[in-house]
Amino acid sequence: MNKRKARGYREFLLILPFIILVAIFSYYPLYGWVYAFFDYKPPFPLTKETFVGLKWFSYMVDNDIKRKQLGQVLLNTFAVSGLSMLFSWFPMIFAVFLNEIKCKPYRKFVQTATTLPNFISWVLVYSIAYCVFNTTGVVNTVMTDLGIISKPIAFLNSSEHIWFKMWLWLTWKNAGWAAIMYIAAISGIDEELYEAARVDGANRIQLIFHITLPSILPTYFVLLFLNIANFLSNGMEQFFVFQNPFNRQTIEVLDLYVYNLAMGSGGYSLSTAIGILKSVVSIILLCVTNGISKMTRGEGFI
Amino acid sequence: MSNTKKRRKVDPADRLLSIVTYVIYTFFTFVCVYPFYYIFINTISSNELSQRGKITFWPKEFHLTNYINVSHIPSLMDAFNVSLRRTIIGTLFTVATSAFLGYMFTRETMWKRKIWYRFVVATMYFNAGIIPWFITMKNLGLYNNFWVYILPTAVSPFYIVLCKTFVESIPKELTDAAEIDGAGTLRTFWSIILPVIKPILATVAIFTAVAQWNSFQDTLLLVTDQKLYTLQFTLYNYINQASSLKSLVNNATNSSSLAASLAHAANATSIRMTVTIVVVFPIILVYPIFQRFFVKGIMIGAVKG
Repeated sequence: MNKRKARGYREFLLILPFIILVAIFSYYPLYGWVYAFFDYKPPFPLTKETFVGLKWFSYMVDNDIKRKQLGQVLLNTFAVSGLSMLFSWFPMIFAVFLNEIKCKPYRKFVQTATTLPNFISWVLVYSIAYCVFNTTGVVNTVMTDLGIISKPIAFLNSSEHIWFKMWLWLTWKNAGWAAIMYIAAISGIDEELYEAARVDGANRIQLIFHITLPSILPTYFVLLFLNIANFLSNGMEQFFVFQNPFNRQTIEVLDLYVYNLAMGSGGYSLSTAIGILKSVVSIILLCVTNGISKMTRGEGFI
Repeated sequence: MSNTKKRRKVDPADRLLSIVTYVIYTFFTFVCVYPFYYIFINTISSNELSQRGKITFWPKEFHLTNYINVSHIPSLMDAFNVSLRRTIIGTLFTVATSAFLGYMFTRETMWKRKIWYRFVVATMYFNAGIIPWFITMKNLGLYNNFWVYILPTAVSPFYIVLCKTFVESIPKELTDAAEIDGAGTLRTFWSIILPVIKPILATVAIFTAVAQWNSFQDTLLLVTDQKLYTLQFTLYNYINQASSLKSLVNNATNSSSLAASLAHAANATSIRMTVTIVVVFPIILVYPIFQRFFVKGIMIGAVKG
């Protein structure tokens, strides 16, 4: 028994360095939340800063201009997340009809081509957007040649339809990849169901509506719940690379706002405070959606 | 199968469905592939034609000057090296820790095993936020330090869960037999477990490598030393600062002949496009070959998550 115990300790010692790494890089940054309660000015250590209590939390909303600004940021966040939620069925439908392509090599080709954009960074997406949509890019050239427009449109340097454009880029990048989950779900459907329906004289549209869709709906709901839990987290990279003086007003989602506030204007404490509020709301959303999932489907997703 | 293949009268609605599906998916494929193709043909065509937007479907006046020019920009070569190094070292670290911890967390003899496992896995569900993270990394001396690319992502809970699940599917007799023969924990890991879990490690490696190559935010936040800029970050700078391109061309070399030829041939758009292709090339090269690993990764993840 003692030997076993000694071995247990030895094994623990082997993983200890990694436990320390996790503690340093995942847990210790949480301590950084205290900066929200100080007036943090970078070169000085925390011991030299003044404790300000909840000043930054009330500062966010203590006059009309700030309330308006924060309101705009929240509106952008809600619009971008709302759009992607509104169209969250798209990857599912994409997978369903992709499955209707009976020529296997072509289906594989489509699948490979449409998942590729998921594996390039947002910087590359922006670079591609720039090359294709700038005033001498292919979209403007072709549209001018066809006589659709008389002078080039500045697609990227404009403030119009930003939320929708951001949704389009997100879909371009992610939809093919997101569809793979559904393709797996579809391939798991019992072939006999289809056979039976065919014998009853169902055509392919009927097969889709009565067998395929109902079978993969549970997968859709899991992903939808995860979507809701991440409602406030759009990530900052996409919006950071696409932002410019023309669209700044409507592109600034919460994650980007937090970054711009700290790195742009040195408001470290204020942006930490906003980050904390965001985390709290996100945790609540996660628990609520997990609870709803437990009630409706009998199991949570955490 | 022969039953289903038996010819039956094709429902007209089915025929229509087929046609519409093919048309729509061909369009989707075009939208995803054409931008890459468009940029590529522009980099190998006459810069002057490209600048006027004359290259749409076929390359014209083929040349490789853009690629040769780009390879003479020193900062770009540095960035390429940094990106390559972080991808290789970072992948090695993550694969090693995922394999080792994935195995160790299946060792039931370990002291307080469950607590440590939860301690690691819990980190999947929270993060401190970008600014506290930034300040902490700075305090830890990871500002302008190459290790900021490696250490924070070295222990990855998600991949540990993947590996642990895989190790658990290995028959217990295999490790038991080794231990009866006197193999210790590490010995068992090295000669029994590691060879068996190679498939899952390939998946982990490929995902980590792509993530490392694509990573942008860590450079943006924590690196101001040009020697540590990654390709992604350098590309971002190229797109955003036309002025930096001019100075680049000037700094590229002091020997006047090369500088002149650079200034002559390299206009800003061509450089941007060429660098874009250089950055995206490894992904395009790697992705179709390893697609099955990617797909496997998301499947196991889906089952667990």
